[in-house]
Parts: sequence; structure tokens; C-alpha cells
Amino acid sequence: MIWVNAIIQGIMVGGLYALFACGLSLLFGVMKVINLAHGDLAVVAAYLALGVIAITHVPAVWSFVLVVPIFAAIGYALQRTLLQAALNRGVLTTLLVTFGLSVVIENGLQQFFTANSHSLNIGSLVSDSFSIGSQITIAFLDLTILVLAVVVLLGLQYFLSVSKNGRRIRAVADDREAAQLSGIDYRHVFGIAAAIAFGTVALAGLAFGMYTQFDPTIGTDQLLLYAFEAVVIGGLGSLWGTLVGGILLGVAQQIGAQYHAADQILAGQLLFLIILVLRPQGITRRRETA
Amino acid sequence: MTAANSAAGASQGGPLLEVRDLSVHHGQLQALHGVNLSMPAGATHAMIGANGAGKSTLLRTIAGLHKPTSGAILLDGQDVSRLRPERRVLAGVALVPEGRRLFPSLTVQENLLVGTTSRRPGPWNLDRIYDLFSWMADRRGQRAAQLSGGEQQAVAIGRALAANPRLLLLDELSLGLAPVVVRRIYGLLPQLAEAGVTVLLVEQDVSQALAVASHVHCLLEGRITLDGAPAELTPGQIESAYFGIGANGKGLRSEQPILGTGPQAAGEAPGARA
Repeated sequence: MIWVNAIIQGIMVGGLYALFACGLSLLFGVMKVINLAHGDLAVVAAYLALGVIAITHVPAVWSFVLVVPIFAAIGYALQRTLLQAALNRGVLTTLLVTFGLSVVIENGLQQFFTANSHSLNIGSLVSDSFSIGSQITIAFLDLTILVLAVVVLLGLQYFLSVSKNGRRIRAVADDREAAQLSGIDYRHVFGIAAAIAFGTVALAGLAFGMYTQFDPTIGTDQLLLYAFEAVVIGGLGSLWGTLVGGILLGVAQQIGAQYHAADQILAGQLLFLIILVLRPQGITRRRETA
Repeated sequence: MTAANSAAGASQGGPLLEVRDLSVHHGQLQALHGVNLSMPAGATHAMIGANGAGKSTLLRTIAGLHKPTSGAILLDGQDVSRLRPERRVLAGVALVPEGRRLFPSLTVQENLLVGTTSRRPGPWNLDRIYDLFSWMADRRGQRAAQLSGGEQQAVAIGRALAANPRLLLLDELSLGLAPVVVRRIYGLLPQLAEAGVTVLLVEQDVSQALAVASHVHCLLEGRITLDGAPAELTPGQIESAYFGIGANGKGLRSEQPILGTGPQAAGEAPGARA
């Protein structure tokens, strides 16, 4: 029963990882940008929520109403300026620029908010739970985050496959030059993709801030790593892959933690390495034939 | 070709496309050397030349994918040389690129819908495109990657038409296609001309190009070496312009344009094919 519980808890936390990973996956899938500042951006969103809550006194749970649109706008603006300028100089330049952004963010956060940890206070919601049998306890917050992740991925899938802008995003991801020849301003489409990615990472950052404590460096120390692992396990550029990857990573970590608390992160990394060796294209993707 | 001509030319019988003294570099390499070209509205012109002569570069520069080093591209008297590719689509230029370049993960219909992005008004909509290619409507839900080469070429043409272009640039339509498919696709050109589309096509198959075009231009190493109506050109002229064989017939590559020296040039096989 202890193992069943570990698997269930792993699935719960996997939703959070998937939420982190889908923005990373989208940015890579559409513009081949590997965003090394992805984890830090999630942390910035959590700090931004602290500010929003302090100023407007909205309950922490509702801070996303302001934080997500602000982040989407920041994403669009950053893509049209800094990231586009980096892309124009080559894909590798984006690695350097996002790495630099990560350093700037972490130091900026330490400067303004100190290295102390914070969390988004959601009161008793953080500990409310229900039990199945005697040994399995499910926290409402964990379940909510998992449901949120599934809803976000479903929404994203729907947007990409049905809407006009979704179609343009897919066209640009397929062939940027052909998209230009069809009248698409790919820089605007990149901006839309970045806005979505930033919106999802803000949501992930808020969920993380309610789930546990955050500090200025946790973005790169943990979140970025988990997001990358989820993306690689699931399969690069596949939305459902990130959910599968996130859940497998979560389950591996929880099973590792059952052996020994110190093995939690190690178990996740081991799964990541095994997948990388045995199935580098990820769980959900077929091997490219072309 | 004079400036006065083109200034007065807008929509009054002046050339639809005018390329003036166009030079393009790929890094250190100069791909086009002062190319001049003029096309009246409604015409079908062909650009012939060997591999690497600069044909595709010329089309891609007209479509905005390469920046010219010098010179100008005028569409209906308006200088479009500084516009980004997507703005040129809006101005009425559409390129069917070499290798078709469909969006492989999108369906046939989605490919065509992406072609309508510029929302230029005109006669071409999805229904009319489905009329032009009778098989296409039934397979609109299929992914472009699953189509045969000829079908992909048809969708690529449809996607370009969906932008309602005034000038349609066709790059190597016949590449990698069976002769029967090539004939079918070239059979469409008269219908496009009837619909008022001006067509500039690049073709390595010279006999194919001569059959459909009212006017041919030959490019050799980035320079126009021949310019005229197919009926007025002798096979010898075309061959010497195509291969750069000088008037002395010694088979040396000539750096100079050889127009006018044609009659003396060696010309054994008509309808030269590269």
C-alpha cells in the first residue's frame, strides 16, 4: 500500500512538473529556443504574486488573474526584443542570452528580496486533504494542480489545433520561410508562442509557490532541471509527452523517496538517464524517419 | 525600362514587374550581376539557365527572401525591394518555392488556409482552388506529408493562389516529378493566365519552358544572356546563351553577354536540356 501511495503522490506532483515543462517544450518546438531562464521565470512569477497580493490584498489563490496576463505580456515583449535579436544571430546565441537572463534574474531577486525563502500563503487550503482507505491521503492542492495541468494542456492542444493563431504557430514551427511566403509575420507568431509559454510558466510558478517554499535560486537549482527532465522523458515538442514525462518523473521521485529520502532526486535523474539512453526521442514520440 | 515609363506605369499598361540592375550576394559570392527584367501584366515568362546560374536566387529576391546588394524591384511601379516577404505577399507577390515546402504536419486544407493569411481580395478562395484541382477537396483532411510529389506541388500552387497574387513565381515545378505529372501541372498555366495571374517561372527543362512561356530569359552565372519570345529564338541562340559558348564555337565560357552573336554559334541539338 505504501507503494501505491508513492505512485499516487508521484502522479500528483507530476502535474506540476508538466505545467513547468509545457512552456519549455513550446518554446523549443516553435522557435528552437532552449530557455535556460525558464525556471527563474517561474520564480519571478511567484515573487510578482507576492507583490500583487501585498498591493491589492487579493487572496493568493486568485493572484493568477493578474500575474498570468502580466507574464504573457512580458513574454511577448521579451520575444519581440531580446529573444528575437538573439535568434537573428543564431540559435546558439539564444542559449547564451537566456543563460545571462537567468543570472540577471537570480541576482536581481537576491538583491531585492534577499535569499530568504517565501511562500504564497493560501491558509488552510495547503493542508486540506481527503483520505482513501487508511494509508492514502490526497491533498486538495495537489489534486487541483494536477487537474489544472491537464486543463492547461487540453486548452493548449485545442488552441493549437483549431484556432487561426494555433495553425500559424504550427506552420511557423514546420517551415518558417514557407510561412513568410504565405504572408505570416513569424516574429509576431513567435511573440504569441512566447506569451503562451510565459503564461504557463507563471501558472506553474504560482502553483509551486503555494505548494512549497521558494527562494531566488530554486528556479535553476530544481525547477529548470525537472522541466528539462520531464520534456526529455516525454518527448521533445509533444504536449502530451510533457504530461507523461512529468508524471513518470514524479512517480520515480516518490518511489525513490520511499527507499530513502535522499534518493528522491536521484531516482528521477536515473529515469531521465535511462530514457535518454534507451529512447532518446522520448516515450510518446516515434523515431523520426526522415 | 526607363524611369519615366515606370513612374507613369502604375495600372496603365506599364510593366507589372520591373527588376532594375539587381545584384545579390550570398556572403562573398555574387549570385546576380545587374539583372534587368520587365514583365507586362498577364504575361507568362520563363527563366532558364543551368544549375547555379542564379534563377532561384532571382525569384527568392523578388519574393523578399534575399536582400539585394543594389538595384530595385518594382511591382506595378511601386518599389517593393525593402519590404519583408510577408509584406510582399500583401502587395501581391507569391512564390511557390523549390521543393514545394508545404507544412508537413498540417492538413491540405490547413496549408491552403495559411495561404490566405494576407487576406488579399481576389478571385481565389478555397472553393475555386478545389475546383482547379478536382482531387483536392476529397483529401482536404489529409496531412501534406502523406501526399505524393505531384499532389504536394498542386497544394503548393494552391497555397500560393490563396493569397490572390498578381505575380506568381514558380520555382522548378518539375523537379522530382514524373513527366506525366509535370505535363498535368503545366497544363494549368493557361487557366492561371486566363484568371489574370502574371507568372514568372524558373525551369531547368528548357523545352517545357519554351512551350508555355510567351517570353524567355536566360541566366548564365548571374547575368541575363538572352531575352526574347521563344518563336523568335533559334535553338543555337538558346544553347549558346545557356551554356555560355562563345561565338567562335570553341566551347569557352564567355564572360560577356552573347546576345546577337547567336546565329554564328554552334547549335546542333534543338531544345537543349540540362
